[in-house]
Amino acid sequence: MKKMEILEGSMAVTLAVKACKPGVISAYPISPNTHIVGALAKMVADGELDSQYVLSDSEFSAASIVYGASAAGVRSYTASSSQGLLLMTEVIYNAAGTRLPMVLTGTNRSISAPISIQVDHQDTLSLRDSGLIQFYVESAQEAYDMHIQAFRIAEDPDILLPVMICMDGWVLTHSYEPVELINQKAIDTFLPPYRPRHYLDPEHPLTFGSYAEDNVMMELKYMIQAAMDRAKGKIGDISSDFHRITGHAGAGLIETYGPEKADIILVGMGSLVGTMREAVDTMRADGISVGLIKVCCYRPFPGEAILGCCRNAEAVAVLDRGSSMGSEGPLSLDVKAALCNLERPHIFSFITGLGGREITTETIQKITEETMEAVKSRRILRGSQWVDLNRSIL
Amino acid sequence: MIPKTEEQELFAPGHRACPGCGEAIATRWILKATGTNVIVVSPTGCLETFTSPYMFSPWRVPWIHPLFENGAAVASGIEAALRYKGRSDIRVVVIGGDGATFDIGMGALSGMFERGHPVPYICYDNEAYMNTGIQRCSSTPLLASTTTQPSGRRSWGKDRPKKNMPAIAMAHDIDYVATASVSYPKDLYNKVKKGLTMEGPSYIQVHTPCCTGWGFPPEKTVEIGRLAVNTGLAPLFEMEGGELTSVHKIEKKAPVDEYLMAQGRFKHLFQSEEGRKEVAKVQRVAELNIERLGLL
Repeated sequence: MKKMEILEGSMAVTLAVKACKPGVISAYPISPNTHIVGALAKMVADGELDSQYVLSDSEFSAASIVYGASAAGVRSYTASSSQGLLLMTEVIYNAAGTRLPMVLTGTNRSISAPISIQVDHQDTLSLRDSGLIQFYVESAQEAYDMHIQAFRIAEDPDILLPVMICMDGWVLTHSYEPVELINQKAIDTFLPPYRPRHYLDPEHPLTFGSYAEDNVMMELKYMIQAAMDRAKGKIGDISSDFHRITGHAGAGLIETYGPEKADIILVGMGSLVGTMREAVDTMRADGISVGLIKVCCYRPFPGEAILGCCRNAEAVAVLDRGSSMGSEGPLSLDVKAALCNLERPHIFSFITGLGGREITTETIQKITEETMEAVKSRRILRGSQWVDLNRSIL
Repeated sequence: MIPKTEEQELFAPGHRACPGCGEAIATRWILKATGTNVIVVSPTGCLETFTSPYMFSPWRVPWIHPLFENGAAVASGIEAALRYKGRSDIRVVVIGGDGATFDIGMGALSGMFERGHPVPYICYDNEAYMNTGIQRCSSTPLLASTTTQPSGRRSWGKDRPKKNMPAIAMAHDIDYVATASVSYPKDLYNKVKKGLTMEGPSYIQVHTPCCTGWGFPPEKTVEIGRLAVNTGLAPLFEMEGGELTSVHKIEKKAPVDEYLMAQGRFKHLFQSEEGRKEVAKVQRVAELNIERLGLL
């Protein structure tokens, strides 16, 4: 029986998290995560959700609280955004290093200064090197489905890493969309209670968080990398399981749209992809050979899958909602690395939509035209192109 | 009854602490008090470093080292998880250094106190950042020389008094606040036991002399600790419900000179007339403690 509801994105996340029955939830308020953490608090207050909800004194403590809960062998969840995610960063590295699974929602918002509460991806992109598995979602439905799968992925004994579902602030967290919910029985079948092999237990005392010298440091770090590599395959297995049990589309590493052999391929993440789909349709109607790749899983980075889709393209245009200052858009760097040593396609990097600046279908068409023009004139655009800068402010 | 050494040694020998390390002795006694049904959290510090070289561990109880500034928050999370599992019989205890407690971890500690987790937070106080090479902490006493606030032609060392952490803890209206000293192990043992009986958070600050950082011979640790208590510089007391409920009376009052002269970190005070005059300020700190707490 399909159950469709019109839900705010935040509520879709809340219902998914509730259905996953985390034993400990901890959070600190920051816009735009507040609807999520507030709704979970109300569920606990109303006795609808049997969780320990720990009100933290900072995002740093919230992450530390769920880290502690995970070490004690309990499923745990937190959500944050922007500055809050930066404050959590040290703990996220530590959780990955200690191999403690937990699920986090990153409601994307720009980083200060200048302060803004509007969406871009600078906050979550800055966590890319931490050992955190990251998915970027396009819709409330995807946010719902991905949160349920996130717990399975994080807790898989072959992975054991924190997993973050990144969703665009306001655009996804505060918009209402139809969402098809899954019944609790199916979720329980897909996601059994968390039974970790190693946790803090007086009956079997273990030492966590040891001091590592150079004789083991490389190996322990390599094991995180190896878990990330294994995760690529595991995500496929978990995704198939999810689809089989719930009938919903499972997690993918990437998703493609448009013709298989397009000349121009656009690459993007998050809610922006919805606009990109529309722009692709419009341009194809005008006879332009253009398709798109949605990067669903940013870490581990699906380089092989992207390579498989881009071999025949003339050019790839990557749209980043953040920048590695002094270098380029982080997503473009990854795409370039995936496609390195190939004669073609040429890869172009575009930075757009920072601090909530609107990205329209026209923006995307303009980016595509610029890419086509560069290919035609054999011009190599180095670095990132910052789209539609208002030069009078510079 | 305090268990005999051979009966319950939960902190195994063979760790890498300096000979004469006060906090190693304190930890051994703390674990005698907690028993086995405990989870210990140690934020970054000497204790973490010397007990956890990968693949070795003297901890015969479950133990976790998270980060420097989050010991209290991680303990809160573990406690919440145990409550969720219906295993509140298992106690969570933090054993953290003064840097992790007085300075960098104070926000998280305040949060844990305010939320009321039933966790005894035990601070081993060696009065500076010893693990990183004897740097000034807000726990460092007045006029002590450290590598980041050294004595010199224009400096007498620490220019501010020691932060009053027990008072800050008490300001959270928590159940129990106590100070202890490694030189009085039975008292330390009893205070940890008492902390474990509380329904809410407790704070126990243990004075743990550090021969390496303070500059005294390793065999003198207990003696130096006792001297600190008898000068009034390290008062031992208990507070419950905001009231002072017990003080350890000074057995034989010692002038602070005796304590200061025995340690390298204060030797600059005894190399000139002006330095000797500065010592009077330390004596005033001791007198104030004696008066406020009724130590005599």
